[in-house]
Amino acid sequence: MNNLLTVAPSPHVHSNDSTQKIMYRVVYAMVPLLAWSVFVFGLDALRVTLIAVVASLAFEYLIQKYLLKVKPTVTDGSALITGILLSFNVPSNLPWWIIVIGALAAIGIAKLSFGGLGSNVFNPALVGRVFLLISFPVQMTSWPVNAQSGIDAVTAATPLGIMKEGGSMSEILNSLPSISDMLIGNTGGSLGEISAVLIILGGLYMLWKKVITWHIPVAVLGTVAAIAAIMWLINPEVYVNPIYHLLTGGLMLGAVFMATDMVTSPMTPKGQIIFGVGIGLITISIRMFGAYPEGISFAILIMNAFTPLINNYVKPKRFGGK
Amino acid sequence: MLKTFKLGGVHPPENKLSADKKIENLPLPKTVFIPVAQHIGAPATPIVKRGDEVKTGQIIAKSSSFVSTNIHSSVSGKVKKVDVSADSSGYSKQGIFIDVAGDEWLEEIDRTEELVKEFNLDGSEIVKKIQDAGIVGLGGATFPTHVKLVPPKGMKAEVLLLNGVECEPYLTSDHRLMLEKADEILVGVQILMKAMNVEKAVIGIENNKPDAIQLLTEKAKNYNGVSVVALKVQYPQGGEKQLINAVTGKEVPSGALPIAVGAVVSNVGTAFAVYEAIQKNKPLFERVVTVTGKGVSKPSNFKVRVGTATSELVEAAGGLPENTGKVISGGPMMGRAIASLDVPVTKGTSGILLMQKEESERGEVLNCIRCGRCVSVCPMGLEPYLLMTLGEKHIFDRAEDERVMDCIECGSCSYTCPSHRPLLDYIRYGKGKVGQIIRSRKK
Repeated sequence: MNNLLTVAPSPHVHSNDSTQKIMYRVVYAMVPLLAWSVFVFGLDALRVTLIAVVASLAFEYLIQKYLLKVKPTVTDGSALITGILLSFNVPSNLPWWIIVIGALAAIGIAKLSFGGLGSNVFNPALVGRVFLLISFPVQMTSWPVNAQSGIDAVTAATPLGIMKEGGSMSEILNSLPSISDMLIGNTGGSLGEISAVLIILGGLYMLWKKVITWHIPVAVLGTVAAIAAIMWLINPEVYVNPIYHLLTGGLMLGAVFMATDMVTSPMTPKGQIIFGVGIGLITISIRMFGAYPEGISFAILIMNAFTPLINNYVKPKRFGGK
Repeated sequence: MLKTFKLGGVHPPENKLSADKKIENLPLPKTVFIPVAQHIGAPATPIVKRGDEVKTGQIIAKSSSFVSTNIHSSVSGKVKKVDVSADSSGYSKQGIFIDVAGDEWLEEIDRTEELVKEFNLDGSEIVKKIQDAGIVGLGGATFPTHVKLVPPKGMKAEVLLLNGVECEPYLTSDHRLMLEKADEILVGVQILMKAMNVEKAVIGIENNKPDAIQLLTEKAKNYNGVSVVALKVQYPQGGEKQLINAVTGKEVPSGALPIAVGAVVSNVGTAFAVYEAIQKNKPLFERVVTVTGKGVSKPSNFKVRVGTATSELVEAAGGLPENTGKVISGGPMMGRAIASLDVPVTKGTSGILLMQKEESERGEVLNCIRCGRCVSVCPMGLEPYLLMTLGEKHIFDRAEDERVMDCIECGSCSYTCPSHRPLLDYIRYGKGKVGQIIRSRKK
């Protein structure tokens, strides 16, 4: 008998795309945001990101190797994304040990205890962020004003905080930064959330590279804008212009980088729109009626929990009807 | 905007290395092994025995039921034995071994190249002759053509679609045939139209073959009711349901045949075989086979006698490259990896693809990251990630509800999965099991 050749079922070719390549595309999309945060908040921003990334990678490696005794998957890029996103969601003056706790909650609790990449129900970085927000509310909500104002380490309220604290509409509008400042990112806030322009740029890059589709970001932002616009039209003395809602807080970062996380969002375009609308509704409800000034993190986590249900009931359009 | 099918699809690198290589006659082999099951349906029954002298074109195995076909000798010589040997499935199948002596054809076969346009048979005579000639779908599915031409009771075909898509990467046999035998194909189309009693035929060709589109569009002007439509390059456009959708916009309902939307699809190669059978009295015993691959020194298109061993084709194309990882019978998306070069060319062999090791190796399987790409590329609107899990976990009733039987096994899901998950492997497994369950229910 001559040598038998290798056989395997079709298809015999592959697109050559890989999970790792997808993850690194997300990282590339976040680099401009990181650079901008260093420009605005100084080297403190870099410190926070480095600690978050190193801690995330270390926890992933250590827990997989010594606790779960499986082959570590630190090189797949997902823990790197979690680290960067966690840092993007905290203020730049956060003590190092709080960041490490956040990374442990993100990687240890939200990701690995559910079975690692692909099996987690909730967005790991957001679980880390909310864990910290509830555990360390003071440190998590005192944002330094930007380094260019001359005095470092002075904290100030964010635009959303100003909107929440209320007062008459003219007072609010006077203390809010200008729209162009919010677009560029010349305001206070967490590291990655301040520059709407750079977030949108990152989102366009991911769209071009087919890492995300437009459905989730558009549904989230569209819902928030629509509700905010209705309320503003009804009573402009109490409710601010919808543009402020779109440009403040973590909404833009959440809609483009967090809600679009493949693992924790629905598979079909229709499901993604339901998911995005849900996030938008919860976010604007918390902002307008809740105790917290910002609701995007809670909104995404709540809708993450609905993702399996959405996948179960929202089916793609089948060929051949029925 | 060029037409294409509406759901899913992928665009793998086309790699049509042999597109400008003229069809050459492969030298006659010394022996052939002609399997009696080269088609979908019941295997044919051998009617020759050891020691019999046969001529080229002579029937050597007879159709055993309606869904079956005759098998003809592709060579002249002496029957060595009727025995089993491996075909492209890897299983041993019954077939007829013939030692080749000379090349003496049956006298009634017209071996001239002259184009014969006129025919005056009626529909049923044509179907009968196609059946006798052992013609099957040459796109790869090998469904007996005469069965397709007779619609089930109460159904009527309105349009004949000709598949000149050749959406599989690498393969060029249909492309070459369209360029070199355009008139013959068009006459074949007219014959098929007459057999089906339809007024309209459309030839669908992907836009990466502009020469074939131009030539056939020009020539089709001389043939009543035949038109050519250029299609956007998108795999799996050559799938029957996808082609119908691309050309007519209609969707064949789940579980139904194309005739449900009034369409019958035939490959351009089949139309050529029909021409030869009706106009030249030549049964189907040879076909065009592309031999190709990135390491192949002479990518070629050969006219090959059925039963010729794969090794003969590989030799004629310059030999087996050193780093060959897999040998595929057919294209890289849906073809079969063969275990040995002794496997014979059959009526359904459209190409022999020699894949290099690094090209053919599968990547490490990682966790599903739920990116949803398998869902978005599925041309049938299924959820491959879900069907894979259902197959893996043996949840077959749910798999049936999620329409696993609609899967056309095009492989777009596995092709696109960034985690290299063996989606189609498990879907096939689930399909097999669900098929068994459905059949046992009917009993």
